[in-house]
Amino acid sequence: MSQNNRLSQGGRIDRSRVLTFTFNGQQYPGFAGDTLASALLANGVDVVNRSFKYSRPRGITAAGPEEPNAIVQLGASEAAQVPNVRATQQALYDGLVARSTNGWPNVQRDVMSWVGKLGGSFMPPGFYYKTFMAPASMWMTYEKFIRKGAGLGRSPAESDPDIYDHLNQHCDVLVIGAGPAGLTAALAAARAGARVILCDEQEEMGGSLLDSREVLEGASATEWVERVVAELADMESVTLLPRTTANGYHDHNFVTLHERCTEHLADTAADAGRAGEVRSRLHRVRAERVVLASGSHERPLVYANNDVPGNMVAGAISVYLRRYGVAPGQRLVLTTNNDHAYRTALDWKEAGREVVAVVDSRANPDGDRVKQVRDSGIRVITGSAVMEASGSQRVSGARVVAIDTTRFVVTGKIEELACDTIASSGGYSPVIHLASHTGKRPQWREDLLGFVPGEVKGMHFAGGVQAVYALGETLADGARAGGEAAKAAGFDQAEAITVPSVEACAESATSALYQVPHEKPTLRAPKQFVDLQNDVTAAGVELATREGFESIEHVKRYTALGFGTDQGKLGNINGMAIAARCLHRSIPEVGTTVFRPNYTPVSFGAIVGRHCGELFDPERYTALHQWHVENGAEFEDVGHWKRPWYFPRQVDGKTETMHDAVARECLAVRQGVGILDASTLGKIDIQGPDAREFLGRIYTNKWAKLAPGRVRYGLMCKDDGMLMDDGTTSCLAENHFLMTTTTGGAASVLEWLELWHQTEWPELQVYFNSVTDHFATMTVTGPEARKLMAEVTDIDLDREQFKFMDWKQGTVAGVPARVFRISFTGELAFEINVQANYALHVWKALFAHGEKYDLTPYGTETMHVLRAEKGLIIAGQDTDGSVTPEDLGMQWAVGYDKPFPWIGKRALTRPDTAREDRKQLVGLKPKDPKVVLEEGAQIVLDREQKIPMTMMGHVTSSYYSPVLESGFALAVLKGGRNRMGETVYLPMSDGTTHEAEVVNTVFFDPKWERQNV
Amino acid sequence: MFYIHCPYCGERREEEEFHPNGQAHLVRPADPDSVSDEEWGDYLFFRDNPRGIHHEMWVHRLGCRKFFNITRNTTTYEILETYPMGEQPTITAETAKVRHEQGVQTADGGWQTVGARPENSTLNEETPS
Ligand SMILES: [Zn+2]
Repeated sequence: MSQNNRLSQGGRIDRSRVLTFTFNGQQYPGFAGDTLASALLANGVDVVNRSFKYSRPRGITAAGPEEPNAIVQLGASEAAQVPNVRATQQALYDGLVARSTNGWPNVQRDVMSWVGKLGGSFMPPGFYYKTFMAPASMWMTYEKFIRKGAGLGRSPAESDPDIYDHLNQHCDVLVIGAGPAGLTAALAAARAGARVILCDEQEEMGGSLLDSREVLEGASATEWVERVVAELADMESVTLLPRTTANGYHDHNFVTLHERCTEHLADTAADAGRAGEVRSRLHRVRAERVVLASGSHERPLVYANNDVPGNMVAGAISVYLRRYGVAPGQRLVLTTNNDHAYRTALDWKEAGREVVAVVDSRANPDGDRVKQVRDSGIRVITGSAVMEASGSQRVSGARVVAIDTTRFVVTGKIEELACDTIASSGGYSPVIHLASHTGKRPQWREDLLGFVPGEVKGMHFAGGVQAVYALGETLADGARAGGEAAKAAGFDQAEAITVPSVEACAESATSALYQVPHEKPTLRAPKQFVDLQNDVTAAGVELATREGFESIEHVKRYTALGFGTDQGKLGNINGMAIAARCLHRSIPEVGTTVFRPNYTPVSFGAIVGRHCGELFDPERYTALHQWHVENGAEFEDVGHWKRPWYFPRQVDGKTETMHDAVARECLAVRQGVGILDASTLGKIDIQGPDAREFLGRIYTNKWAKLAPGRVRYGLMCKDDGMLMDDGTTSCLAENHFLMTTTTGGAASVLEWLELWHQTEWPELQVYFNSVTDHFATMTVTGPEARKLMAEVTDIDLDREQFKFMDWKQGTVAGVPARVFRISFTGELAFEINVQANYALHVWKALFAHGEKYDLTPYGTETMHVLRAEKGLIIAGQDTDGSVTPEDLGMQWAVGYDKPFPWIGKRALTRPDTAREDRKQLVGLKPKDPKVVLEEGAQIVLDREQKIPMTMMGHVTSSYYSPVLESGFALAVLKGGRNRMGETVYLPMSDGTTHEAEVVNTVFFDPKWERQNV
Repeated sequence: MFYIHCPYCGERREEEEFHPNGQAHLVRPADPDSVSDEEWGDYLFFRDNPRGIHHEMWVHRLGCRKFFNITRNTTTYEILETYPMGEQPTITAETAKVRHEQGVQTADGGWQTVGARPENSTLNEETPS
């Protein structure tokens, strides 16, 4: 079998370049310029898939994105697998390997047809709906077979070898579609001076002109296309994007374009000899104006057995004949309700094939094309339609009958015409998808028999998308839209462009016909398919309306109409028309149709672009990160930061466990000296004459008297009185403060300060700036901290001179530094801030001097244990947005008598926040010291209570303490402060119950002596 | 994705740079202690959710860090104007209704003129591109 259906001449293919491809394991030849679909048709491959539900053989039906059947899985290797590729849109390349997505194990053999034969009762309309409603076990039984037999492709099991890109673009006018309307629109806009992007989903630009019979300015349509595209390509302000689908139209003229860069050449860019290039690219275009020139899709008619291979949309046949030199059969019957489709009969005859008859539903068609067909000797049967196709693997005949469309009945005797191909045309549906992506409802035009787009601000419509079909009018409409778009974008010097002359062609009116009446009632006639991809039939739609589904949206969900990868491009209007007929309503009364992005499927690669691997989410490193890596740190993610979690050592050739490392680090701090990289703490520089006043309003405590050189701990609430963040703020000078925040709260606290300043108190002179990255912060803490610091700093460290909660300016290791005597460990501590680029130098100097004190680096886990031993909270861990300062026992940090109604004050006087039985922060000490309670574990008072138990609170922080040699925890507990010494219970999911004693939150050094030494 | 005119930066930028901050023009009681718990609760928790014209506060988070207000149509997502803190909107549900009845578009070209305030504004003159 070798391209038996290929014509000896014609088409836009390159017969000198033979390509070899494989479909379902068999090799075929094709030509450069073919699509996979045209090459399959050239080789006479009738059956390309099995249908989803009934497992019926299916052939190629259309020639573009509306193709419902020829959905293939592409890729020779596992890594290059691409599912859900429409053969009609895939350019053929040498070595292409494709297989059917449906039709396990083989589309030619009928293994799955038992499902099809049982079809009516096995999977009636509403099958999914009913199955999911029924016991789930039933679905499990069916699913295995259905998924396997009717899967829609599979994802690759190996990682994609290709790279993908995103490109942000701006333009004045984006023209979507490079058919006749798009080309004149782009030309008009570009000549007016606008920056234009012209994109088109096909392999080459020209749209319907590429298969047109018409003559423009005395030349063939394709010659005119070449001239215009060449002129546009020469213009610097024009970007041409062929092979680029506009897939989504989003708010404010934001359009996503999917450009296929190497997909038409080979499985991967490397296979195409273009290693390192992107496979496809997502353009994110912000356009001043959009011209939508997306044209129309021809609707097939709905008649019995209209899915048998050999039934095709009329226009698609013309495309295969004229663009690819392929005649997909020998003997054609054309059934139509309009003039335009007559071209297919002429094209077929010119290809040397036989036109058996044209069957026209209209009584007296008399347009120019009709006359041309009659003059060429082709039989025209009027007032009739193809009622039913004969054949199973391929059309063998057409059953034609006279019909009465008003009464929806057949009126004459059935005539059987022998043929192998039936072309049908039920008129044209404007491709309005992008115009409805932002929610605009399209409008039904009974005079045009189609939905046209509703008004979309910033979008202009040209040509077929608003049901302007005659070529001359389409060209003029494009020029108008392009000029208007350019003008709206600010280019009003638009020169009128001359639209090429086209020979006028008189047309007789199209009649409304969607489903062809059958001699039997719809429910008893052979299957009349509406949505080929989902196997939705006219009977199914009728059944849905009988079961009470009256809105098309409900009918769609009930029948799965329009749910496939083709999104009902061919079937939606027919389905609505059938529902409307059954309900005795008009189409707009049944509903409108709204489309969502994307217009055609987009690969995940293109959506993700370069945002994969380590670029998926940004990582932040401190200035000391490399040292941590070199010293074996395990890291923890805190926000985007990578923080050292702990520093395991090698002991006897083995790596310490986390438990051992943390215990060692904790003891080093409690007994010697440790050091923490605390650079990730948020730091905000606050300046201005009203800085102090501002702090007083934003913090719960008092700031009026904080002197330069002093530091204070502050609590920040939201206006609902709940703790939001905490940290220390230092007075650097009278009008200058340095605020610290939690690592995670750095950005949100800065925005919080800006919010209150800008929106409530703009009269305050105060300015905020983030300095988190400017300074590295190193915490040197432990009983030996002062001795170590004395070796590296010129600051007087005397405990009377440099008191707890003081800060001093000086040098550390020879570089300028601010040193703060604040402690998050309960030990003597110095927090050193140096310019970030000095950090490594200072850190290394500290280790050089610290060796004799066994200076020990510690990570966040040890930090957590040490702070929890002291009952110091972490906002966001021990609090959750429902905890007040009083719940935490921090009344000492609340200035109720401050003059200004600071943030959160009002809420703290509400009866609810004053309740005695609120959840309050307490310590928990497990009765068994070996137990470390689970964070999040619920607390109950009566361990014998039946489920549901009365839950009194939960554990917020829990660790093992090496100094206490016991587990310990912080928790919030209802009325906790009055429960000191009580025993509470923590039932676990494995059935065990832990016992714990309610204790003070400060587990170690309750007199706070150690930090003051 | 919105295209938002920052009244401080003076140009339209991508939505990714901005962050919404809820309903605009909320007034914090000047003397919170004098309002009832119910009034305080209203201020804290209750927000309008209109279909149509809505005034929202946004912040140019990854830009100038300024808060400003937006008049937006919640059904069409059209941004009718943006204006700095402290100013009042020129387009409200009432004026939009009047304009509609008079047959005047609420904002010529819709979001195209975002920020270019219809009257008496010196802040948001857009230079034609
Ligand atoms: Zn800004």
